[in-house]
Amino acid sequence: MKKIKTIGCEEALKHLLAYLDQELGPAKRRELEHHIEICRTCFSRAEFEKLLKTQLREAGRETVGAAFEEKIKSLLGRF
Amino acid sequence: MMPLQLNQEETVTQADDRGFFEEKVIGLLDQLFGAAMRLVKNREDAEDLVAEAVTKAWASRRSLKDTENFRPWIFRILTNTFISDCRKRAVRPQTETLSENPSDAETAFSLFEELHQPFLLWWGNPEKEFLNKLLREDLAKAVDALPDLFRIVVVLSDLEGFSYQEMAGILKVPVGTVRSRLARGRGLLQKALWRHAKEAGLIKESKKSSERFYEKDKNDRL
Ligand SMILES: [Zn+2]
Repeated sequence: MKKIKTIGCEEALKHLLAYLDQELGPAKRRELEHHIEICRTCFSRAEFEKLLKTQLREAGRETVGAAFEEKIKSLLGRF
Repeated sequence: MMPLQLNQEETVTQADDRGFFEEKVIGLLDQLFGAAMRLVKNREDAEDLVAEAVTKAWASRRSLKDTENFRPWIFRILTNTFISDCRKRAVRPQTETLSENPSDAETAFSLFEELHQPFLLWWGNPEKEFLNKLLREDLAKAVDALPDLFRIVVVLSDLEGFSYQEMAGILKVPVGTVRSRLARGRGLLQKALWRHAKEAGLIKESKKSSERFYEKDKNDRL
């Protein structure tokens, strides 16, 4: 198995949001996952940011009313 | 005047288009409306924005090259409609005094750093307790308080789950700009949540005193 580069907290924090956004390449992702396994503070921080992201997504969820859906359908019918 | 045969072909394509278009739009309606709500901040305007975007999308349906890209494509139209409506209403751009430089103090602001208590024993987790106290409404208000430029990327990323690459396409800006706006937007959002939590009394004791409390607690127990 290839050895994973050990990174410090500063480096981990720099990439944390991209990691949670699933935007890190495989090498960087492994480095970050490794750091989170061994560093309690960064682990807690990752959990916190992840939870906040989930809550934001839930807060943004909306459901249109039946009246509005009908309005859009009749708009589409006129196209 | 176009030849008759071409006209007939056109009619057939349009009928196919309409079924596909309608199915996609209805399927995405809640999501489009959710994004619109956070962009314009009230139901009535959000409904108008979605209706306007759907009308524009139909008119420019030929610009959709790959049907797989329908979702980012229609969100791009929604976002552009929002931006051009702001301009039409001559709304002063809220970004004038804000740089996009992510090294600003707002970007550096972290709720976690404010809340985390390193001396706490494993069963205490003030940062999670803080999030548990936040209501849906608190989060929505914090998003609404963001300047347009940063609100758009937070909505597209955190609420709608678009990738950096997709957002770059939606906003027609480089990926680096997406990253820096997102970093800035999230920093501002956390700062707004912190301010709100203080005003609402969600945070009662200062970090210092609670640290002392837990230190004492720890000494008593171990
Ligand atoms: Zn660390």
